[in-house]
Amino acid sequence: MELHYLTIAQARELLDRRELSSVELTQALLDRIAASEPSLHAYLTITADAALASAAAADQVIAAGQAGPLTGIPAGIKDVICTQGVRTTCASRILENFVPPFDATLVARLKAAGMVMLGKHNMDEFAMGSSTENSAFGPTHNPWDLKAIPGGSSGGSAASVAAGSAFFAVGTDTGGSIRQPASHCGVVGLKPTYGRVSRLGLVAFASSLDQAGPFARSVADLAEVLQVIAGHDPADSTSSPAPVPDYRAALGRGVKGLRLGLPKEFFAAGLDPEVETAVKAALATLEGLGAELVEVSLPHSDYGLAVYYIIAPAECSSNLARFDGVKYGLSLRSERGSLLDMYLDTRSQGFGPEVIRRIMLGTYALSAGYYDAYYGKAGQVRTLIRRDFAQAFAQCDAIVSPVAPTPAFDLGQKVDDPVQMYLSDIFTLSCNLAGLPGMSLPCGFSQGGRPIGLQLLGPHFAEETLLAIGHAFQGVTDHHAQRPAL
Amino acid sequence: MKISPEEVAHVAQLARLRLSPDQTAKLTGELNDILTHMDKLNQLDTSGVASTNHALESSGPMREDQARPSLERDQALANAPARDDQSFIVPRVL
Repeated sequence: MELHYLTIAQARELLDRRELSSVELTQALLDRIAASEPSLHAYLTITADAALASAAAADQVIAAGQAGPLTGIPAGIKDVICTQGVRTTCASRILENFVPPFDATLVARLKAAGMVMLGKHNMDEFAMGSSTENSAFGPTHNPWDLKAIPGGSSGGSAASVAAGSAFFAVGTDTGGSIRQPASHCGVVGLKPTYGRVSRLGLVAFASSLDQAGPFARSVADLAEVLQVIAGHDPADSTSSPAPVPDYRAALGRGVKGLRLGLPKEFFAAGLDPEVETAVKAALATLEGLGAELVEVSLPHSDYGLAVYYIIAPAECSSNLARFDGVKYGLSLRSERGSLLDMYLDTRSQGFGPEVIRRIMLGTYALSAGYYDAYYGKAGQVRTLIRRDFAQAFAQCDAIVSPVAPTPAFDLGQKVDDPVQMYLSDIFTLSCNLAGLPGMSLPCGFSQGGRPIGLQLLGPHFAEETLLAIGHAFQGVTDHHAQRPAL
Repeated sequence: MKISPEEVAHVAQLARLRLSPDQTAKLTGELNDILTHMDKLNQLDTSGVASTNHALESSGPMREDQARPSLERDQALANAPARDDQSFIVPRVL
C-alpha cells in the first residue's frame, strides 16, 4: 500500500485505529518528497524536523481520543502564505530570507486542527504567472510529464498533491492560480468566494481579487480542508461574517434537478479539441446523473482579460511598494548611496521580469492622465461582468466550462510572450473579478497523457453546490483516481 | 505607439525601478502589446456605469477601539536589513 496516495479519510481511519502513527505517515511523505523533488521541485522549503515534531504531537492528540479530521495529516503551504518562524519567500529574491513573525490566520487554523506542515510550495514570483516558471528559484515540473508546466501560480502545490508529496495543500487564486494548476496536474482545486477565507498573512498581490483555497486529490478530501480554513476573521476587514455551513454534509446532495449553465462564449472557437471532448463528456455524465444543462450568456467575457490586466497590476503596483529595503527582505545599500538609490537598486535587482512588468503596467494605469482611461474604465467593465454573472445565475445553479483553453503546455513555450501567457487564464479570471467561488475538477486526459479540468462556478457562498456536483461526478468517474508514473 | 521609451523611463521612476536601456526597450515593446489589447475596452459604452473597486459590497465593519497585544519590538525588527535596539536604520535622508 502506498501511504502517500491514501485519501484523507483512509489515513484518518488508520490513524484513529492506531494501525499507523502520524510519525510513520509523515516519514512516508518525507520519503516521497526525497524521491520526487529532484524531478519535480514542488517545494522551496522542507521542514522535516518540525513536521516530525508536529506528527508526534498529533499522535498524542489521537491517543487521547481528541483527533479532528485533519489531525496528523501532512500537507504543504504555498510560499506566499506567512508561516511563523518558517522562511516565506514568495519565490522572490527580494524575500529570500524573510521569516514571518506570525502565522497567516488560515495556517493558525490548520495548525490548531492538527495539520502536519511538511514545507512551503513553489510558485510564480508573488503569485504572478500561469506556469510557475516565474519562480526566482527555478520552475516546478508537471508530475504527469516532466517537460510540461504544472500551471501557475500555485504550481508547486498542485504538482505536490498530484505526486503524493502532500495530502493536501493551500494555495492562492487571483485570476486562476488555484484552478488552472489543479487542472494541469489532475487534482481538485477550489477558489472560495472572496471573503470566505481570511487573507491575513497572505502576502498581497491584488487585494480585491486574492483568495486562498485548498488543493486535494478528491472533492471529499477538499471539503475537510475548506471546513477548517473557512470563516470570519476579525483581523481581515474583507472577511465575511456569514456562517460556515457543514461542507461534509453537502457532499451527498447529488445533482438531480440542478441546472448547469453553459456559457456559450466559453465554448466558442479557439478551444483545444481534446479539451472540448473531455468537457463535453463530463457534461454528458452530469446530465446522466440528473442535472439539466441550459445555455447561458456572459456577454462581456471577451473583455475580462483586459479588465483583469489593468486591475490586478494596478493593485500589485500599490501593494508591492512596501518592498523598499527598509523593514525586511533584500536591501542593497552602497557607501555613498542615497535613500533613493537604495529603493532603486533593491527593487530592480530583487524583483524578477514578470513582477517588474506588472508593477510598470499598474503604475502606468494609475498615473496622472491615464487613470480614467484604464483603471476607471476597467472598474466600470468589471461591474458589467458582475451583472452578467448575476443574470446567468438567475437561470442556473452553477456554471460549467473548461478551466484552461489547452492542456498544460511545455516549459519554455510561452515565456517570451506575455500576452499568450495571459490568455491561458481566459476562463478563470472573470470569477475573481466577480468574487465568485470556482472549482477545478479532473475530467480527462489528452492523447499525450496530460490532465484536463472542468470548471464549476457558483453564486457567492455557493461552495456547497460546487462540492455536491464535484462529489457526485467523482462517484461515477475515475479521472481523479489516476496517478502519474513518477 | 501607446507608450514611448521616454514614458516607460518616467513610469519606472515613479515605481522606484532602475531599468537598463535594454530593459527599457524590451518593456516598451511588451507594454505596447499589452496596452493595445486593452483598447478593446473602448468598444464599450460605459457611461453611467458605476465602478466596482471591491469584490463584495462590504458594510465597512467597525469594532471597539481597544488596545490588544501586538508584535514585540524585537519581533517587528527581526527581519530588518539594518537596525539598532529600537529602530530601522536607513541611509541618511537629510
